Amino acid sequence: MAIDKNSTGYTFIFSIAMVVVVGTALAFTALSLKDRQDANAADKKMMDILGAIGVSADRTNANALFAEYVVERVAIDLDGRQVSATSTAVDPKDKADPFSINVKKDYHASIKSAVKAADGDEAALAAALADKDLQFPLFRCVTDTGQNLYVIPVVGSGLWGPIWGYVALEEDMTTIFGANFDHKTETPGLGAEIKESFFTDKFKGKKLDIEGSALFSVLKGGAPTDENSVDGITGGTITSKGVDEMINRTLKVYLRYFESQTRAQR
Amino acid sequence: MSTETAAATAKKESLFSKKNRKLLVDPLDDSNPITVQVLGICSALAITVQLQQAVIMSLSVLFVMIGGNVIVSLLRNMIPDRIRIIVQLVVVASLVIIVDQVLKAFQPDISEKLSVFVGLIITNCIIMGRLEAFALGNKPGPSFLDAIGNAMGYAWILLAVSIVREVFGSGAISLPGMGQVKFLPTEWFMSEGGFYENNNLMILPPMALITVGIIIWIQRSRNQALIEEN
Repeated sequence: MAIDKNSTGYTFIFSIAMVVVVGTALAFTALSLKDRQDANAADKKMMDILGAIGVSADRTNANALFAEYVVERVAIDLDGRQVSATSTAVDPKDKADPFSINVKKDYHASIKSAVKAADGDEAALAAALADKDLQFPLFRCVTDTGQNLYVIPVVGSGLWGPIWGYVALEEDMTTIFGANFDHKTETPGLGAEIKESFFTDKFKGKKLDIEGSALFSVLKGGAPTDENSVDGITGGTITSKGVDEMINRTLKVYLRYFESQTRAQR
Repeated sequence: MSTETAAATAKKESLFSKKNRKLLVDPLDDSNPITVQVLGICSALAITVQLQQAVIMSLSVLFVMIGGNVIVSLLRNMIPDRIRIIVQLVVVASLVIIVDQVLKAFQPDISEKLSVFVGLIITNCIIMGRLEAFALGNKPGPSFLDAIGNAMGYAWILLAVSIVREVFGSGAISLPGMGQVKFLPTEWFMSEGGFYENNNLMILPPMALITVGIIIWIQRSRNQALIEEN
């Protein structure tokens, strides 16, 4: 008996069978590769954090170097209060580990829209984020010379898509030790240059302006800079502005934590 | 003995028969998917800034193309006509997701470089075009060859455009696993007091279109048969 392959019944059966087969195949692929992908993502995160303190790691030694240099992982809340701290070995599967805080996810889920709605109004931004129960990770590192460094992850928006990075502060909590940035889809040769060393090197040794209206500025390409600002990328103005915005917004949260720490020490 | 061989060839059409060779070679020039059929132009504009992206993209397209053509060709007598486009789309999308997942798991660095472009293979018109125009009506063997031919036709344009754009736009050449190699001495650049400046226009999308246009121009002046009559 020949089957009429254009009948409605056959079409339905074919589609259902197709969806089941394809769904199973894709779910199987995704599940069987998930552990490797998660491990890759964790390695990449460690490499980026180590990169901010000037330690170059690759995928083979990221875990070992991270354990060696990063002595403590702290989670703080929006008001700068410490929520948890740990210095045991990293377990990417442990959701309570500050290492597992997904700052990118938090940014896209709640912070991004709040920033846009607040439009530069800090009080409005703080109010919008107050009930979001956000946590911010902080990585305390000790270098070979015994210098204490704090690595802060930052996330923001460029021209076409997300940009992110890590800023390392020195022990005085105002001097920038180093920074690295990355992006998803910025224009190659323009905004995408934020990940290049010629740009990130400019951050080294710059200071946060605790008293001023902005902690730190990324200026329009070619403008004169002082110790609280760096030159942005010519032709990548919106990406540079995104770097400026994410640094200022994120570091303000951490400054509250640093202030409470200094008070406690006195 | 020679009759025996001839009989065997006739029975099972040789892989390198004239017809099959045409399937492989035609898309490289006479019916090139990008320059003649003007398909897949979108991705050719997006990922030709660097050679290494173009190489990985070409390999991914080759895989998806072969997989899609063979699978659709095997199913060609079972697919209901009314939902054939959806079926093709599902096959292509599944293959693309597999490529993306495998790259993420085994080649994380390259996967990062390509980011969204791997996903965009789904929307590559060449793939759907070949499924619809060839795989639906031909046996898996010829479909396999047709896939290789068209993927190669796509690949060489991509590689040519990306070499032009990277050399003039970034003063460098990059290959997967090697990173970007700048072949001009740093002191030649204007920022270092030299005389040379990279052409920023080259790395913007319009220049890809212009480069493809120049390739089409050269191709048509060599092959008059491609020129349409007015």
